Amino acid sequence: MSILHAQDIASFLDGQRNKETLRFITCGSVDDGKSTLIGRLLFESKSIFDDQLQALETDSRQYGTQGEKMDLALLVDGLQAEREQGITIDVAYRFFATERRRYIVADTPGHEQYTRNMATGASTADLAVILIGARKGVLTQTRRHSRIVAMMGIRHVVLAVNKMDLVGCDQAIYDGIVADYQTFAAGFAFSSIQAIPLSGLDGDNVLNHSTRMPWYSGPTLMEYLDTVGVHAPNERDAFRLPVQWVNRPNLDFRGFCGRIAEGAVRPGDTVRVLPSGVTVQVKAILAGFDEVDMATAGDAVTLTLTEEVDASRGDVLVAAAAPAEVADQFEAKLLWMVEHPMSPGRQYLLKLACKEVTATITDIKYREDVNTGTHLAAKTLGLNEIATVNLSTSAPLVFEPYGANRVLGGFILIDKLTFETVGAGMIDFALRRANNIHWQALELSKTVRAAQKHQAPRCIWFTGLSGSGKSTIANVLEKRLHAEGKHTYLLDGDNVRHGLNRDLGFTEADRVENIRRVAEVARLMVDAGLIVLVSFISPFISERRMARELFAPGEFLEVFVDTPIEECERRDVKGLYAKARAGTLKNFTGIDSPYEAPQAPELHLHAGQLSTQACVDALVGALETVT
Amino acid sequence: MITLEAESIENIREAVATARNPVMMYSIGKDSSVMLHLARKAFYPAPPPFPLLHVDTGWKFQEMYLHRTRMVAESGMKLITHTNPEGIAGGVGPFTHGSNYHTDVMKTQGLKQALDELGSDVVFGGARRDEEKSRAKERVFSFRAAGHRWDPKAQRPELWNLYNTHVKPGETIRVFPISNWTELDIWQYIYAERIPIVPLYLAAERPVINRNGQWIMVDDERFPFAPGEQAQLKRVRFRTLGCWPLTAAIESDADTLEAVIAETFNARGSEREGRLIDSDTPGSMEKKKQEGYF
Repeated sequence: MSILHAQDIASFLDGQRNKETLRFITCGSVDDGKSTLIGRLLFESKSIFDDQLQALETDSRQYGTQGEKMDLALLVDGLQAEREQGITIDVAYRFFATERRRYIVADTPGHEQYTRNMATGASTADLAVILIGARKGVLTQTRRHSRIVAMMGIRHVVLAVNKMDLVGCDQAIYDGIVADYQTFAAGFAFSSIQAIPLSGLDGDNVLNHSTRMPWYSGPTLMEYLDTVGVHAPNERDAFRLPVQWVNRPNLDFRGFCGRIAEGAVRPGDTVRVLPSGVTVQVKAILAGFDEVDMATAGDAVTLTLTEEVDASRGDVLVAAAAPAEVADQFEAKLLWMVEHPMSPGRQYLLKLACKEVTATITDIKYREDVNTGTHLAAKTLGLNEIATVNLSTSAPLVFEPYGANRVLGGFILIDKLTFETVGAGMIDFALRRANNIHWQALELSKTVRAAQKHQAPRCIWFTGLSGSGKSTIANVLEKRLHAEGKHTYLLDGDNVRHGLNRDLGFTEADRVENIRRVAEVARLMVDAGLIVLVSFISPFISERRMARELFAPGEFLEVFVDTPIEECERRDVKGLYAKARAGTLKNFTGIDSPYEAPQAPELHLHAGQLSTQACVDALVGALETVT
Repeated sequence: MITLEAESIENIREAVATARNPVMMYSIGKDSSVMLHLARKAFYPAPPPFPLLHVDTGWKFQEMYLHRTRMVAESGMKLITHTNPEGIAGGVGPFTHGSNYHTDVMKTQGLKQALDELGSDVVFGGARRDEEKSRAKERVFSFRAAGHRWDPKAQRPELWNLYNTHVKPGETIRVFPISNWTELDIWQYIYAERIPIVPLYLAAERPVINRNGQWIMVDDERFPFAPGEQAQLKRVRFRTLGCWPLTAAIESDADTLEAVIAETFNARGSEREGRLIDSDTPGSMEKKKQEGYF
């Protein structure tokens, strides 16, 4: 690299401003030499400082895997655990520049257990360098990573056949691997696959052409990265601005801030606020401290509008003539990223651009074997599994298919309780059902029906272990309410499983669906004006929360029938504990399936110590106070 | 450059839009200066809707304190300063207690005290991924468990520019809006945007003493001279700024921004070379980060 002089700064900075940034990932199987290759790129592009080289020499002696040679992988494996184990656990971001471009490289882990970290790196990349060790050829991990790369929408692939030095730089081996890979990748929507034979360890075909492989006449890795065109113009280029923040410093200024996801905008343009559909004109565009005449995709701006309109965070401003779609049911690809399985019917938070809503997976259409691509039937999704699913959201979303726009098509799912990021999804298209099945507006309301019965409709939800006394208490309560002239109905777990839910078993996914159906039935009955008693083990917090959210505030009473498991097991009215202990009954709550106790129930009954009558008295008291 | 700027502004807005009680760490250095500038752009014409927090070890360069006063006045933002009272009581300093202990008590513990007192759920920091290997691994929205602990092996996956900003009580998020900037980007941006910086970044004659091969500037009367030892005047500047006894100067003639950019571009040593605390023990930055250091 040349020496820069102070007097040349102005022209140097001009050059820098216009430099394109290319973001790429390196992926491939464990031990295919990803970290070493990045170390080599950094080293040869002179991005390693002298003191870092010195530290590398010390580290190479302590942790190195290359004998007397410097272990360039240690430049990227920055975590202590990674250096000790000699593997990459999490994605690392490294930076270097050439005369033509700036680069951000994400070095991603090869192990299957860290697939989510690999997807993290891939989500922002324009290009993927997929490494294949020349001695090993196309492996399962190569296939899995290629599949994720394709799913994340990366269109350009470099097939880096690495460690050519270990196979004597043999062209026949190289050609065989390339042919293998091309056959495998034919089904993916890659726009380009460039194969390059190289050695990250020795530097062949990384920056300089290899003298050991005269048979290869294509570009070196660096030459290719410097020239490949990845920023193809969009087919459609319609203005899209997700509103991230509304800036209101005083009554005279109301600015809509965000980063333009697509297209361009100028003062005077007519834009539409979605989902409301109101149209309005752009008054001015602020980019930082300056007013500008135009802003384009990628710019962070603040727009002011000619009229006061109601728009808030999560809404999207779009070109009035080419609006985006709005829907609440989608087909999407989903990557599951935590140990705890995804169950259809369970509610999650969904974040897409600046909008957060509640979402439920309504159906797993099929799971994809990450290694072979085979479609498999599935009831749940486990860690690192990929599926095509249908999902439905609590409020309409402004979106674009992921293939057309990553910002408005990519989403994450967040667990409502632990707040972990549990899934990453990409919308394929909207399902039209929501447009066709409208709520029938009924003339009689819940209030009218309840008034006729002289009661306040309620859902009293009993949860607790098998044998805790839920049904006994619910029965006595119902009799008492009936005697007082109330209109009631009791939904009992066992009874419902004989009819409505007889197709469901006791896996976690089936338990979730079991509760969903019962909650929906209870809701209809409350709508009819009834006092509904639901007596179900309902072991999971998230399903009880889902049930609660179906009802108006104050309508839902969660009653925790808290009897110690030893007492339940001693009673063992149905003989089920004995069977579970003997191992003949699987997934039994409290034995080999968890019970998540309520954190804040409306009523906590210590039923081990109280008589049934005392429990019912407490319940009647609670009903009177909330009514 | 434009993309970097837009990405950082997006990060800052996203954090503020979802935070309950955000605060920005302000260390007065060049990275903090750029981060503050970006925050002002993000919310213009309003001032950034959060205060600045300076964890003051009591050992910053005098010129840094002057610059801090100037920038607070210019930005119209509120400044909160905190110095660990236990450290003051114990007279903790780098010369008497060593760099490790000083940094732990005055910076890491001081920071945690301040954040606990403020009850901040989101804390902006000016760290960059190109600074150090463990930082290269960190997320832009970096989740911290209760007690401010960072677990590098259990980071939340961070896809696209979609950030999971939910935390439970006691948990916090450190947001690093300039994660993807390099040292050279910082200087170019300071130059292009004419961002005010502490003059110590530019070369001038300063009183220095050579300790273990590094030039330490004598910034106040607390410097423990050896018998007969005297400071000498040298043309030096700083690539990073921290506590003055722990930050070495480099010999340089670069007394303009242009010259600094040229020198940065041509440099053969990393900017943290002059930071005495990074190389104390192997993996020392990762350890400090796990304990709550920025």
